[in-house]
This record gives sequence, C-alpha cells and structure tokens, in this order.
Amino acid sequence: MSHQPCAIVGVGQTHHKSRRWDVSLGGLVREAAQRALDDAEMTWKDIDAVVVGKAPDLFEGVMKPELYLSDALGATGKPMFRVHTAGSVGGTTGIVAAHHVETGRHKRVLAVGYQKQSEGNAQFALGSGKGASIGAGGAFAPYMRSYIDRSGAPLDVGPMVALKDRLNAFKNPYAHLKIADISLEKVKASPMMWDPVRFLESCPSSDGACAVVFTDEEGGKAAAAAGRQPAWILGSAVRSEPASFPGRDPVAPVGAADCAADIFAQAGITRPLEQIDCAELYVPFSWYEPMWLEAHHIAAPGEGWKMVESGATALDGSFPVNMSGGVLSSNPIGASGLLRFAEAANQVRGMAGEHQVDGAKVAIAQAYGASAQYFAMWAVSSSLDPFGS
Amino acid sequence: MPKTTGHDNDIAIIGWSISPMVRNIEYTEARMLLDVVTGAVNDAGITRDDVDFTCAGSCDYVAGQAFSFVQNIDAVGAWPPKRDSHVEMDGAWALYEAWMRLQIGDIDVAVAMGSGRSSTSDPELLYSMEMDPYYLAPLGADAISFAALQARSLIEAGKVTERQMAEIAARTRKAGKDSPYSQVTGDFDPDELLKTDYVRNPLRKHDLPPITDGACAVVIATAARARELCENPIWITGFAHYTEAHYVGMRDLRTSNSTTLAAKAAGIADGPIEVAEIQSAFTHEEPLLVEALGLGADTLINPSGGPLSANPVMATGLVRISEAASQIRDNGKHRTLGHSTSGPCLQQNLVCILEGDKA
Repeated sequence: MSHQPCAIVGVGQTHHKSRRWDVSLGGLVREAAQRALDDAEMTWKDIDAVVVGKAPDLFEGVMKPELYLSDALGATGKPMFRVHTAGSVGGTTGIVAAHHVETGRHKRVLAVGYQKQSEGNAQFALGSGKGASIGAGGAFAPYMRSYIDRSGAPLDVGPMVALKDRLNAFKNPYAHLKIADISLEKVKASPMMWDPVRFLESCPSSDGACAVVFTDEEGGKAAAAAGRQPAWILGSAVRSEPASFPGRDPVAPVGAADCAADIFAQAGITRPLEQIDCAELYVPFSWYEPMWLEAHHIAAPGEGWKMVESGATALDGSFPVNMSGGVLSSNPIGASGLLRFAEAANQVRGMAGEHQVDGAKVAIAQAYGASAQYFAMWAVSSSLDPFGS
Repeated sequence: MPKTTGHDNDIAIIGWSISPMVRNIEYTEARMLLDVVTGAVNDAGITRDDVDFTCAGSCDYVAGQAFSFVQNIDAVGAWPPKRDSHVEMDGAWALYEAWMRLQIGDIDVAVAMGSGRSSTSDPELLYSMEMDPYYLAPLGADAISFAALQARSLIEAGKVTERQMAEIAARTRKAGKDSPYSQVTGDFDPDELLKTDYVRNPLRKHDLPPITDGACAVVIATAARARELCENPIWITGFAHYTEAHYVGMRDLRTSNSTTLAAKAAGIADGPIEVAEIQSAFTHEEPLLVEALGLGADTLINPSGGPLSANPVMATGLVRISEAASQIRDNGKHRTLGHSTSGPCLQQNLVCILEGDKA
C-alpha cells in the first residue's frame, strides 16, 4: 500500500474579529467554506465528504455541533467527520481530510475549522466551568521562562516577535488585531500578563473559521492546467505525548521533534533552513517562535532567538515565519491550526497577497495543543517533486 | 484454506476489549480506558509499543469537562510520543479514522477507543445541548423527546406497535443475561411492561436505554501484519458513514436514509449478514434500522443485548463492532455487521461489515 497524492485547490477564511455577532455559527463556517469553494471553482455538490474540527464544545455551549452544522456545510447525504485534538485540532483536521483523499476513498473533501469564542467565556471553559483556570498564558509561561533561561536569549526577543507578527497582520485583510501605532516600545510598555509574556505578546480571543478544499492528483493537475496553482502535500504527521511526567521537556517536546522529523523525512527535507521557503508556526505567545524553531529542529539549539534578532523570520528575511500575522493576530482556536496550514498552502500557490513570500515553493505549517503535548504538521509545495529526487 | 477476504489493502480486527458496564463506575474515564487498552493489546498478543497509531472517541459534554480526552492519553501510554488523534464522536468513528490511517500504508497497527461516563451528567439536560443552539436547544427537547416523536411516526405508519416495542425490550434484555457486558437484563413479560406508565408517550421506561459507564478498545492491523499476529483476522470489508439534515422536520422519520446510504457504500448486498449488532438505543429504532439496512428475518439482531442492555455513550457503537467481531471469532459466524449512530432521531449513521477467513 502507498498513498496517493493530495492537492489543496481552495482556501477560504472569515474576517476574524472579537465578536462576529453578524453571523450564527452556521453563518460563520459557511462564510469560510463558500470562499474556499469559490477559490477552488467548485460548488457544494462537488464535495464528497466534510471534516469539521474545533476545540472544546464548551466554548460555545453546543455539544457535537457538527450535527447542527451538517446543513450549513452541505453535508447532508455525505460523510461528516468531527475531530477534536485541542489547539492542534485545525492541523489534525487538515491531515484527516487529506487522508480521505490520500487513501483514494474520496476525490474532493472540505475541511473546516472554527471557533466562535464570543459565544462563551474561553477562560471559564478552560477551567471546565469550575473557575480558577490559569488559562493558556499561565500554563505556558513557565515553559517560556525556561526557554529564556536555557538559551540565554535577550529579553527583547519576545517583543520583537510580537512586533513582527503585528506588522505582518497589516498585510492580511482577514487578520483580527491591527494595532495602528504598534512599536517595540509599545509592546514593552504593555502590562505584564504572565511573566515573561506581556499583553501585546499574547494572542487575542477571536471568532473565525477557515476552510480548505482537498482533491486528488487528477483534480490538482486539472487546477494547474486551468492556471490555478495547487499546493501538493509533501508530508503530514501528528504526535501526542502525556501532559506531565518526570523527564518530559515542554520546552523541546519529543513529540514536536518527532512530528517534524516525520514530515521532513516524507518530504525529503534534510536542510530545513535552506529547503523550506517559509513557515507558519502556532505562536500564541511571542516566545513560542524561537522556542518552536528549535524544538522542531528547524534551527539548532540556541539559534532560534538569533534568527528573530537578526530579522531572518521577518517577511523579507531568509526564513519568514508567520507571514499572515499568525496566532498572535487572529486566534479562533479551532480554526487557528487550519489557518496555519492554509497559509502555508497559499504561500506555495502564490496566493498570499500582500504577505506573499516571493517565489515560495516549499512551506511548512505546525499546530500544537493542550499542555504543549499534541502536535500536527505538514509540508506543502507548488510541485510534487520540489527537490528533484 | 481458501481466503475469501484479506487482500493486501484490507485491514483486520485482531483484538478487542470491552469494560464492565455499570450505572456508575467508581474510577475515572482514563482508568476505564487503561483497562480496555491493556485488554485489547493483550487480546491481540502485542504490547503498547507495537501500536503505531491511536484514536479515541469521547465527548467533553458527557465528561462534563473541556479537553477531557487529554487525560485519557495516559491510558494509551503515549511515550515515546505516538501518532494519535481524537474524535468528538463514538469510538466507531475513531475506528473509522484508524482504519483510514492504516490505509496510508506507512504503519501497521492501530488502536481505536471509545469511552463515556454518562453517570456524571443528566441526559435530559445534556442532550438538548446537541441541538441547533438557536431554534431547537432553547426548547429543551432532549433525546428521549425526539425519540418519542420518531416512535409515534413509526406507530402511525404501521411500522411498529407498542407491543412489538415491549417484545424487543424483553428479547434484548433476556439476550443480555448471557453477556458479561450488559447492565440491565432479565426476564420480562411484554404484557406486564405495557402496563407501566409512559416516560414520553409512546415511550415507556423499557423502551429507553440504561445510563451506563463503559469503554471499549479495538486493535486493527494491515493485512500482512494481521496474518503474522493472528490466526483468524476479522476483515473489515466495508466501512462507511453518512449524515443527514439536522432538523427532524426535514426528514422522513419513518426511515433512515443515511443508514441505507452507509449500508450500500459498505457493500452490504455482497452477501448475507448473519448477525447485526445495531445501535438501537430505543426499542422502536430496531425495526427502523433493520429495514433501512435491508436485513431479512434470517439476520440475528443484537444477541449481545444491544444498547437496551448497556449504553456506554461514545463507546456504544464501538462495542457493537466488537460484538460483531466476537460473533465471527467466538461463534463461528462468517459475515456480521456493526452499526453506530449519533444525533437526534438517528441523524448520522455508520456501518462496518466484518468477515472471517472461513467461508
């Protein structure tokens, strides 16, 4: 057995905001899905199966909402699948949807990730309605402090990441946060939330959705022949590990390294910094950018923060990271992973608009969840064989 | 021995484990899963280290906690880190994802799980929350109310009678007496059952499933690995699921189109089905599903006692598939079926067809 090629031929997303009170849950997912179908030049009838991903149902107060959303997503009379792997879920949703095609079971599959956080109180739901939740920032702050300790990174690095992503967000018409007079000084002057993370180094709470249309080799080639560049999936992987036990290293989780090594091997990537043109990493708090560059073995240990400091991860740098503005600029949790995966696809399709990396041919995307213990990644390219193997 | 199935691209069930089914388990969901994962890998003659992929099915609302599945990862023993996924669906769909994952071809063995502790919640409050949040959930109508609507439409269509429903309750709970995985069993007289009050007209207490805590795990493997590990792999020869309109008013409640679609896609017509384990949690759903699946009088339905004997929500469907597998391995059957469902009035349905090597 070996799997068949899978192409991304359509990407859509909503305008992400604090409160999308102009749309219902159904309206929100449909807005993203319709844009993805339009991008793919398909209609609802063309879709064979739908995969929905989102983080906890307690965030909106709707249990197993894929049941209610089957009508809005045109899934009636089709297979409808629901994934939930915490913050990594958007990535996992894309991968599960791709498997529907790679196994040859379906030709055209729609993946949708969403969260409408204004419907509830995420902080309350994170504590399972019991209150006293320390939230994601509180949970991850010790890991970031540990990274700073270990790497000796200057304290400016976090604010530099925040500034870069917030500047990138200006180039993304869908981004939630666009802070007009953003500057390094302003980031550093913002209130300390969870040491070392300041307010402007943190992700927002967003309403939003993302949708991606997957198709088989024939569909991908047909799109290319019609002048619509597809993104080919070179490799995808997920890994999970327990939340806590003696010896677990949440700064450089083995699951993250294994996940990256898996997609690099599938894609034929041996020199990531040279062979990958850009990356969308799940960075909800600034320090995760250098930490994840190292944990996923993109940069050598201790080198991640130097890439930030030198400007290498800026949009015009040698290894752009989070061209879209990233999770720091838009965070509808259940969609955030799929937004990363979709941005990577749009980059290699040459369809990233003002935040396009010139000539991007190979891009990677990553998402993580829970106590930094669920990981999902993929590598995509404008070519099925970008390295001429 | 001639192989009727087991082609190179096929996936087989090689082991499983079902937890005891109880009204209120004393320990956590992770602990329930720990036991069935251990049981399933032991049954398959492997260890956790041999497992390349795991996929769990569970529900935060049933557990009453956001990210509830995260603790369940301890049952998997995901160290070194594992390829792993989770569906907010019955474990039967977790098996579907695992089955699909093995077809990618790079790995050989997967474990699918389902688990639920319904005892921690009030079903009447809980199941109204899986309805459309704008127009249906505020009505407070729960799964039993919707089931009653469907039962009424079946009765009025002449497809079932209250007496037949009582007979189904009596038959399945008698069958459950022989199963180690049943909760509510016994010998009941349909005439006596019909004298009891309605819970929701036309449903009486015997028409309803019990509230059950339970879990199930199933080990599957690629064809080559299955033959290495197992003398009698149970081949998954058909596997499909479909959903339909959420609003019950938009559906013909006297039938189940998504069940028929799934059965057809799974190739049900390719041969006779000797035993069907179906997720008919309410008595009237049994004749409805049997008809939608196109099964004849010669198919044995829910010899385990079915969901009317034990209903561990989020594992009930995976238990059906395990019981269908058991009919082949332990009872000499050749071709059986497991069915699962989700949503109001059987909105979404899954069919898994199993075959043994022996013709």
